[in-house]
Amino acid sequence: MSLSRDDVKKVAGLSRLRMADEQLDKMAPEINNILGFIEQLSEVNTDNVEPLANVARSNLPLRDDVVNDGDCVDKILANAPEAEEGYFAVPKIVE
Amino acid sequence: MTHLTDLTIASAIKGLKNKEFSATELTQAHIDAMEAARHLNAYIVETPELALKQATEADKRYSQGNPFSLDGVPIGMKDLFCTENVQTTAASHILEGFIPTYESTVSKKLWDAGCTMLGKLNLDEFAMGSSNTTSYFGNVISPWKDQKNPDSQLVPGGSSGGSSAAVAARLCLSATGTDTGGSIRQPAAYTGICGIKPTYGRCSRWGIIAFASSLDQAGAFARNVEDCALMLNAMCGHDPKDSTSSTRDVPDFTKALQGDLKGKKIGIPKEYRVDGMPEEIEKIWAKGIDWLKAQGAEIVDVSLPHTKYALPTYYIIAPAECSSNLARYDGIRYGLRETGDDLRDLYELTRAEGFGKEVQRRIMIGTYVLSAGFYDAYYIKAQKVRRLITQDFDNVFEKVDALLTPTAPSSAFAIGENEGDPIKMYLNDVFTVPTSLAGLPGMSVPAGLDSKGLPLGLQIIGKAWDEETVLKVAQNIETAANFTAKPSMINSQKAA
Repeated sequence: MSLSRDDVKKVAGLSRLRMADEQLDKMAPEINNILGFIEQLSEVNTDNVEPLANVARSNLPLRDDVVNDGDCVDKILANAPEAEEGYFAVPKIVE
Repeated sequence: MTHLTDLTIASAIKGLKNKEFSATELTQAHIDAMEAARHLNAYIVETPELALKQATEADKRYSQGNPFSLDGVPIGMKDLFCTENVQTTAASHILEGFIPTYESTVSKKLWDAGCTMLGKLNLDEFAMGSSNTTSYFGNVISPWKDQKNPDSQLVPGGSSGGSSAAVAARLCLSATGTDTGGSIRQPAAYTGICGIKPTYGRCSRWGIIAFASSLDQAGAFARNVEDCALMLNAMCGHDPKDSTSSTRDVPDFTKALQGDLKGKKIGIPKEYRVDGMPEEIEKIWAKGIDWLKAQGAEIVDVSLPHTKYALPTYYIIAPAECSSNLARYDGIRYGLRETGDDLRDLYELTRAEGFGKEVQRRIMIGTYVLSAGFYDAYYIKAQKVRRLITQDFDNVFEKVDALLTPTAPSSAFAIGENEGDPIKMYLNDVFTVPTSLAGLPGMSVPAGLDSKGLPLGLQIIGKAWDEETVLKVAQNIETAANFTAKPSMINSQKAA
């Protein structure tokens, strides 16, 4: 299958990437090329095969449900593009 | 006396213990080399003052007779590891100016072992690339030259291209790397050095900027096998802050480095003989087989039938995890922020400005394969094939102790080559990606030069948690290959 320019525009939106029309024109064939390449997986018989998500070879452990970190507001905000009074500052989102 | 920058870690530690030179002198020699080789663009940030401060502390411990295991060893840190108070960027504009307030577990372990940090090493943006040509901070240039075309600049491999170039060019004794689909092994092969990616779960991923979490694993570059073992000794181990890090005991990897290969069975996977592979790669592989035979190993032909599906599987799973991991770069909590009319505008403008082209392409592929209606056809399908690829390895490892393959299908290429076609670039990782998908340990060791005078590497793949056999086989190849070639840059310095 092949993605149209509008499809690519939709994916760019889902990815939160602003793309000008000429970029979409360039990106569409590149993405289609890669999708064509990964398409070959359809020839592999995967009936009754369980998907593999984790190669860690162990069950993921649970830790005790206790607070073990925190009290470091300054560290958390140290790299914020904008911070005010102990919070991240963002543009107004509610009218 | 050997030039201080030409030492191995093991010989440097010996020299420090015998008071032949101080940690300060050793570190200063590397700082001088680093500053004289800025044209390679291997380091994004240099931290000479920090290195010298750490060296002074190391010298104190040597004089008191209680040094740490790697005390005073100058290393470079891939700029994917968060380092407290030192800019960490993943070679991306979106993280330019980001100063972590915490230290990654692996880097902390190396400082606790006494290493000194020369600086943060360049890489492909977010570790996505095979040539170190996607960094926002510019290409890394290999210290090697194609003897037939000495004017062209070569890639050092990727994504850990700053690491491989710096170790090969004697700008540090060792460097860290991360390997998601071959980002340690391929650059090691291109620059004539050793590089090892341990089993997934050996090293903590905590504080390493995430690309594809089910594949990412830290490892080391050095100029011989023993030094790789010394680095792994310091880097590996359980970390409660990474739920996938293993609680297994970490052996002393240097103890594996003795003896021949009598009783060992080495598998040669037939699927790694790919179409269009240069004859010189075939030859070096055949030589490797002969070397192992001469050391007493039994050679066994094996088959990994799903090998050809590893790359397409990888190019679904890695972008899917990348699109999810990189969603955090939203311009709110850290990194770049562009101003927009509303929040969505801010997100889209920030991410479009902050991410480079390859990263944007992978985020979009990942977003697409995870989107409603395509999730099963692409993502779940890829996870199923990933299991088949893993089972291939499980099956052959019932018969053999390790596998021997070429590391990459070519030697280093010129900067700019393979740029037009992403898939051609992806093919560089054809021999390294399957190991990553299966989470197995893999290592590249230099085996010889091709007709261009460029290094070729052989890859050893081991069973899960059996880095020891990988290192042992690698050392047997190292001894037999007797690879003493040095990059053109180093040879011309000697001549000058």
